[in-house]
Amino acid sequence: MEKRVTFSNLWLAAAFIAPQIILIFVFFYWPTGEAFYWAVTLEPPFGGENEWVGFQNFRNVFEDPKYWGSVQVSLAFAFCATVLSLAIAALLALFVDRRLPGHQLYKFIYFLPYALAAPAVGLAFRFIFSPEAGFVSAINRIFPDLWNPALDGNDAFIMIVLAQAWMMVGYNFIFFLAALQSIPRTVTEAGAMDGAGVLRRMWDIQLPLITPTLFFLIVINITDSFVNSFGIVDITTAGGPARATDLMVYKIYADGFQGKDYSLAAAQSIVLMLLIVALTFIQFRYVERRVHYS
Amino acid sequence: MIERTPILDFVTHALLIFSLVALLIPLWVVFVAASHDFQTVNQVPMPLLPGGHFLENISTAWERGNFERVMLNSLIVAGGVTIGKIVTAALSAFSIVYFSYRMRMVVFWLIFITLMLPLEVRIVPTYAVAADALRPFESMLNFIGLEIDLPQWNLLNSYSGLILPLIATATGTFLYRQFFLTVPDELTEAAKMDGAGPLRFFLQVLMPLSKTNMAALATIMFVWSWNQYLWPLLVVTDQQNFATATMQLQKVVPGPSFGEPPVWNVAMAANLIVLTPPVLVTLLLQRWFVRGLIQTDK
Repeated sequence: MEKRVTFSNLWLAAAFIAPQIILIFVFFYWPTGEAFYWAVTLEPPFGGENEWVGFQNFRNVFEDPKYWGSVQVSLAFAFCATVLSLAIAALLALFVDRRLPGHQLYKFIYFLPYALAAPAVGLAFRFIFSPEAGFVSAINRIFPDLWNPALDGNDAFIMIVLAQAWMMVGYNFIFFLAALQSIPRTVTEAGAMDGAGVLRRMWDIQLPLITPTLFFLIVINITDSFVNSFGIVDITTAGGPARATDLMVYKIYADGFQGKDYSLAAAQSIVLMLLIVALTFIQFRYVERRVHYS
Repeated sequence: MIERTPILDFVTHALLIFSLVALLIPLWVVFVAASHDFQTVNQVPMPLLPGGHFLENISTAWERGNFERVMLNSLIVAGGVTIGKIVTAALSAFSIVYFSYRMRMVVFWLIFITLMLPLEVRIVPTYAVAADALRPFESMLNFIGLEIDLPQWNLLNSYSGLILPLIATATGTFLYRQFFLTVPDELTEAAKMDGAGPLRFFLQVLMPLSKTNMAALATIMFVWSWNQYLWPLLVVTDQQNFATATMQLQKVVPGPSFGEPPVWNVAMAANLIVLTPPVLVTLLLQRWFVRGLIQTDK
């Protein structure tokens, strides 16, 4: 789409676009390019120019079982947290959309967790699920040593999945509700006239009509679980116990900043970048297919 | 819908209320833990009703986390990012929509691509750039054969280092672009006829018209930048002067290696302090927040 009427002062146009371009050049394009440079070179231990090593860094990354462990954990985390929060959010949105008395209040509250910072959520969940104090520890009184996220990898994994899902429920809920509200009432009314009950209409009319939103949210949730989970992991488990929660972004951080191995971290960053770019492409394909009512 | 479904209505309410309670439990637990003294909070099972030490814990946490300084830092950073985002987004969208130059679409796509890779994914190289922000320019100049030594501009431990890299994504640009495209051409014609230049048109016609967009973008950007964690953690080593609120959370929870029971009541009080501003913003400005969320992510 283009404007019929435009201004002709091109100097001004350049001046207006300049701040954005300079910022994305310095903090986006340059670093991204540099990541590629580092990924194919190696810094000599005693200074000097970086040495060209081709795909050696990638080979090191891919030959490391710890890296595949981290990929596995990340994918499992993305899958579990996404399914859990989408299922709950869809259920809540469908029922709030019935607009029984009080639905405004639910709308107001359900959405709240999304406003919280990931590390704050992490800290809260760490306390709630801590084995020696807090909320869940009561279980250990009845069944000793049943729950200990500090020692048991599965427990720790469950804890960060719950924290991530809890945060994202509110976000997904808002999008599902907006999608449900954009379905014309005539469609559901026609369903009701034909004798479809409330639940039948949800299952056969409303859910199919919000699938485009569902696809969109799946991609957003997976990306978010890769990106935003750093705050949760760093505060609750720091990747442990025994790398059971060593998500990809956390591993990049640990290798790059604690291990000071920029080349290794850069190679991992590029793999993660490609993964996220691929996800974004999938998203755009589905966004194009959004349902329109006319 | 005109139908009677008393049982289903009851089930609906039950489900919604149950979820409401389930969603609020973590926040309630944080609040309760923040209101007890050290012994009570470490009891198993922990009490479910608040105790009387709330203000005491808050003030201990406030002191221990250096929150007076830190909250101010977070406010500066979140405010700076919000204003910076809005200004650069509005300006660049104006340039793309209201001027016709050949590079327009190239620029548009250059900005568009930045949406794909969040800062967390490219932290390592971005950190290296932040250590010397003029290096990209210096390398470019050297590449085209000019041996110029630009001074080093270190962004680590500074507000600019906390703010600028967070501005450098395109979230708001598309919101503004979409909005500008809906503004009727007649308005531009009329403004031109009355002798208004682009600057005047931008400031006196477009900006007042886009107030709602601005409010939506501002609320969402404020909350987003307040909640940033990884970037401040890297950029700030001078914790005394430049730490942000979210960073302090890591300090109030003592690691298991210390061998003593963590001071959960103070940690939870600190947590409450950190999460209050974004919660207030979203609750008070929820209409704008939701609008911004749905519009920017499309």
